[in-house]
Amino acid sequence: MEKFTTHTGIAAPLKRSNVDTDQIIPAVFLKRVTKTGFEDALFHAWRQDPDFVLNQPAFHGASVLVAGSDFGTGSSREHAVWALRDFGFQVVLSPRFADIFRGNSGKQGLLAATISEEDLERIWAEIDANPGARITVDLQARTATIGGIQADIGIDDYTRWRLLEGLDDIGLTLRNEDKIAQFEARRESWRPRTLPVQ
Amino acid sequence: MTTDAIETPVRLRTLAEKVWDDHLVVKGENGEPDLIYIDLHLVHEVTSPQAFDGLRAEGRPLRRLDLTIATEDHNTPTWDIDKPIADLTSRTQIQTLRNNAAEFGVRLHSLGDAEQGIVHVVGPQLGLTMPGITVVCGDSHTSTHGAFGAMAFGIGTSEVEHVMATQTLPLKPFKTMAINVDGTLRSGVTAKDIILAVIAKIGTGGGQGYVLEFRGSAIRALSMEGRMTICNMSIEAGARAGMVAPDETTFAYLEGRQHAPKGQDWEDAVAYWRTLPSDEGAVFDAEVFIDADELEPFVTWGTNPGQGSSLSASVPNPADIADPNERAAAERALEYMALTPGTPLKEVPVDAVFMGSCTNSRIEDLRAFASVIQGKKKADGVRVMVVPGSARVRLEAEAEGLDKVITDFGAEWRFAGCSMCLGMNPDQLAPGERCASTSNRNFEGRQGKGGRTHLVSPLVAAATAIRGTLSSPSDLEV
Ligand code: SF4
Repeated sequence: MEKFTTHTGIAAPLKRSNVDTDQIIPAVFLKRVTKTGFEDALFHAWRQDPDFVLNQPAFHGASVLVAGSDFGTGSSREHAVWALRDFGFQVVLSPRFADIFRGNSGKQGLLAATISEEDLERIWAEIDANPGARITVDLQARTATIGGIQADIGIDDYTRWRLLEGLDDIGLTLRNEDKIAQFEARRESWRPRTLPVQ
Repeated sequence: MTTDAIETPVRLRTLAEKVWDDHLVVKGENGEPDLIYIDLHLVHEVTSPQAFDGLRAEGRPLRRLDLTIATEDHNTPTWDIDKPIADLTSRTQIQTLRNNAAEFGVRLHSLGDAEQGIVHVVGPQLGLTMPGITVVCGDSHTSTHGAFGAMAFGIGTSEVEHVMATQTLPLKPFKTMAINVDGTLRSGVTAKDIILAVIAKIGTGGGQGYVLEFRGSAIRALSMEGRMTICNMSIEAGARAGMVAPDETTFAYLEGRQHAPKGQDWEDAVAYWRTLPSDEGAVFDAEVFIDADELEPFVTWGTNPGQGSSLSASVPNPADIADPNERAAAERALEYMALTPGTPLKEVPVDAVFMGSCTNSRIEDLRAFASVIQGKKKADGVRVMVVPGSARVRLEAEAEGLDKVITDFGAEWRFAGCSMCLGMNPDQLAPGERCASTSNRNFEGRQGKGGRTHLVSPLVAAATAIRGTLSSPSDLEV
């Protein structure tokens, strides 16, 4: 996982609240055998509509999604985060996230940070005035800046630290590599082995 | 004894706590999870592809190939296994597992191999599942392996990747629940009936957050196959895992198996395993008592495993259920199941009987089934499928002549796999068809869209196949 310090990119407004994981990625895409390549599945139903925000030329290449409240509700599917990431999003800003979605995001290197309802309206207004405007999200300073607006972003210390360090769950565990190796060195020889001992 | 030991009060521990303590790599501080070492990782085609893909993306190797084993089960056909798999999704999953196993060096038992079969049948049969170890698999019925006194539980795809990369998992300790089953089972009553009764008693959410430890004289009297059936279905009570303390039955089952410890290792292992049973006086977070003498053959009438009753009862009337949520659930279930309140369960006719799944497809299950049908013919119009849990079980059954008993009866004798336990391969019910099934889940559409499932024991499945209506072996005597 890459370290996340600061990111600048096109901000796309998703003016809906309660976007659930079924809307982010419909269940039919869950049968795939890869962990990447889900960009076509993202918001699949909505993208059939030519007027949908991500179909508008101004937002091509958008990497920061600015969404209404309660983003990522519904069933726990990690694919929702994969689809956002594969499409090119690095940040989702919303006044509130479903817990499981936020947890999954932090683990996969997608920054899901909260902003106030007021800032949400101001940022949306700024984007409406300047479609395709770029936003800078600074995780060190905990701010999002677009045009003349600077908004505070909310994220818990632990997730922030992990993103700054670029540690996924596995990376985090591997910081204890020496302890794992010590444990392995004292494991009894009767414990199961699936392969002949070399 | 050192003075230190005298001063430190001895903490009385349960079986689950002992296994946990012995796998602690890092103790979590300030509410963080513990890091637990995993002794055995079982892999199959459904939940592994993205885990392998994740390793590949990060350039990580699989840490312990010698603690990992894979088999094909969920998507495999149980007929014509030498032909290509027709369904594209299934074929892709199987092919992906084969490619990944070859690339990473994982031991894989493919279709056609003597050790291929349902992942939860293969582990114990090879002697890999043993007391006092931790076992994980990307499948909820991993709880099966707890029958040996192992701590075994299902995990999600990202955890599968985590175990592949680190051989550990960050976990918060579970709560413990003792399920005490004392007394003697009547003839015709089996392990399956015990666990269906437990789930009906505590509910499908009753075990949430707990590891269940099954104890008591009725559990001691069970074979390993029976204990596996019980632990397998712990998950249907919402539990994280089920366990049975190891004893002479466990050791006798294991001794001499391909991967069981040998020589001095065996001596050391058994000595350690004898220390595992819960300490006298150890405190469980919850306790449940079941009287084995009272149990009868059990059957589910609804669409979750907790909606069950004695086979001698009638379809319940939702109006008699006090809890409004449960009443509404029962109404919906009876509508889906097309059952009328008050109908004696024994008068309910079936279209199919499925004898198989990781709950009941081991050699002992097949023997029990065969003992009832021996020399008889199946009821007209009822389709009877017998599916061994592994290719090895199939060979054993054939060596004992059970295949002959089964085909003479008019049943289909199939190749190993999950088969009609879930609608992921060609073995499925047609909409509206009713099936007596030895599997573990009776959810809507589980055995095929619109299919209706009654969970039963192998003995009840056999008697039902003979009479064509839900029946127990005692009904055959009249
Ligand atoms: S037999 Fe059924 S429950 Fe068991 S692993 Fe296969 S699909 Fe899952």
